[in-house]
Amino acid sequence: MIRYPYQGTSFDDWQHKLSSYAPEFLLKLFRDMLRIRIIEEEVERRYFQDHMKTPIHLVIGQEATSVGACAAMTRADLLYASHRTHGNYLAKGGDLKAMLCEFHCRINGCTGSRGGSMHLMDKSVGMAGSSAIVAGVVPIATGAALAAQMHGESYVTTVFLGDAATEEGAVSEALNFAALKQLPIVYFCENNFYSVQSPLVTRQPKRELYKWAAGYGMASELVDGTNVLAVYETMQTAVARAKRGEGPTFIESPVYRFRAHGGAGDDSKTGYRDIAEREAWEKVCPLETYFTFLKSAGLIDETVRNTMAGEIMAETMEAFDYALASPKPTEADLYTHVYAD
Amino acid sequence: MPWDEGLVNSLVYDAPDPNEGRVLGYAQAVNEALSLALDHDPAVFVTGQGVDDPTAMFGVTKGLQEKFNAGRVFDSPLSEEGMMGICTGAAMHGMRPVFMHNRPDFILLAFNQLVTHAAKMHYMDNGQTTVPLVVWAAIGRGWGSGAQHSQSIQGLLLTVPGLKIVMPSTPYDAKGLMLSAIADNNPVLVFEHRWLMKKEGVVPEGMYRVPFGKGVYRRRGKDLTIVGASHALELSLQAANKLAAEGIDAEVIDLRTLKPLDEEIIAASLQKTGRLLVVDTGWAMGGVCAEIGCLAAEKWFEHLKGPVRRIGLPDIPHPAGYTLEQFFYPDVARISQTIREMCGK
Repeated sequence: MIRYPYQGTSFDDWQHKLSSYAPEFLLKLFRDMLRIRIIEEEVERRYFQDHMKTPIHLVIGQEATSVGACAAMTRADLLYASHRTHGNYLAKGGDLKAMLCEFHCRINGCTGSRGGSMHLMDKSVGMAGSSAIVAGVVPIATGAALAAQMHGESYVTTVFLGDAATEEGAVSEALNFAALKQLPIVYFCENNFYSVQSPLVTRQPKRELYKWAAGYGMASELVDGTNVLAVYETMQTAVARAKRGEGPTFIESPVYRFRAHGGAGDDSKTGYRDIAEREAWEKVCPLETYFTFLKSAGLIDETVRNTMAGEIMAETMEAFDYALASPKPTEADLYTHVYAD
Repeated sequence: MPWDEGLVNSLVYDAPDPNEGRVLGYAQAVNEALSLALDHDPAVFVTGQGVDDPTAMFGVTKGLQEKFNAGRVFDSPLSEEGMMGICTGAAMHGMRPVFMHNRPDFILLAFNQLVTHAAKMHYMDNGQTTVPLVVWAAIGRGWGSGAQHSQSIQGLLLTVPGLKIVMPSTPYDAKGLMLSAIADNNPVLVFEHRWLMKKEGVVPEGMYRVPFGKGVYRRRGKDLTIVGASHALELSLQAANKLAAEGIDAEVIDLRTLKPLDEEIIAASLQKTGRLLVVDTGWAMGGVCAEIGCLAAEKWFEHLKGPVRRIGLPDIPHPAGYTLEQFFYPDVARISQTIREMCGK
């Protein structure tokens, strides 16, 4: 039984919009998504070798949200992530080598082996933080937006959260405060319908999340999370609203994770969701639908794609080699940064 | 008038000597610290439920909004966890928030953000960010405050790496420690005690900071060492002063901050007296009393002439009713009796 069918329209009727975009930009979006897919698949392939002693939450199937959202942000804008961080980190411009070093528990990981996969963070590119507690960073991101407002700074904060995070009280508290103070923030809710293996239907009454969020007194949008251009355009509107001082936006973006909540592979066969459901969503894979769309416009073909994939794979292999050759922390590294000076 | 104002007004403390300097009440001293910090650094802001209402957090935040505007001193929604996270996020991006609570009990709603986020961010991100956050609350006691308005939670928080815990007992320290807390680049909990709010003391004008991790002798003596902070220390000092007439000469050390803890001053005193009484406003089990008692057993055993004694709260929730309260809370008489027993008198 397909409990949560895809309800979007993919790239139907988007052809006329192509002329408003530079081809380089359109291709970059594709390359960024392909890059995340290839890196994630390689992480997954190697996971059972046990060199990466970290829980992983693969973003395969959800690449369009990270890439589309980050395309509407500058480096100075802040991005906060949940536990499913890899796509956010890479799309925000995070260093692949530093990410893989973190996965491999090396000292030159982006957080010096303190965080692992669930806590990717790199201040230099505006990857502001992530938390393994569902909704943990939502109030913190709201505080970052408060700081921007109080300091009169122009950066906009975006925080990714899942559907389950909206069940946490802290999210209600944060949305209320952001609307009250008209803070420059975007709440980007990836609704992938499942919290670990619990479907939305056992956790929430039947309703649409973006309508629920509108009740907090803020702008709220629904956007197809398989359509990278739709995500980009919706984010652009939200970021512009924040920059104008017109307050927060909540974006609900239905997506589907093609893999288990955590670890490698899909766990649909355990029965919590129907494999047919995943297969139906794979037909609207954000990577493939966008490729087909660009190809039909004559902007890309298999040869170009293969060249891109080859470059990305080479970069990925080099980064894995780098991580495996990187130094491990020493005991002295345990004791630093408990307190700030 | 707040419901317990009459009770707090009835408490009697030793009057300070005005010849030693300007005399100020405890709450006014904290108010002055906040005012100076807001004036000194545009990154400082003050929020909490009722910081701008007429009672103004027992007077601690009185007049601040008028002086510094509603953008920097603002009321908070009743969202303890959310606001703790919001203050944490603001602190990580250049602000120095002071997040105030009428009672520490309300901080328990925010443990996820305080314990699991604010305390650990600097470590988890390998030093990329800092969290210069002050969390303030006043411990309640008496007048039916009961199990949910009297909790003293420093013992629960002592075990959390990344936090600092401040518990002043005098107006001088309340001001100087608050200024240190706001200048500190870590999350700092400042626990005052409701019963100290009207205590007066000599408080210098202008900026000064009392350093963290430095205890101070409130009374010099040779027979036993009493260590603690806040109102428990105040009661102990009253007991010690009375017992001098009985020929007991107690040394009283005000720790001022529990984390970091001034181990040196305890060790030095214990070397002299050989007897240790630890007092705290919280539960004796597993808290401040237990930790310092354990340190004595672990590090200073050779100095001890007898067992370490603890005076904290029994392993029971706080009762609300007046009569039960009298059995529950340690008072000067009970502290005095324990001291006599320890000194064999």
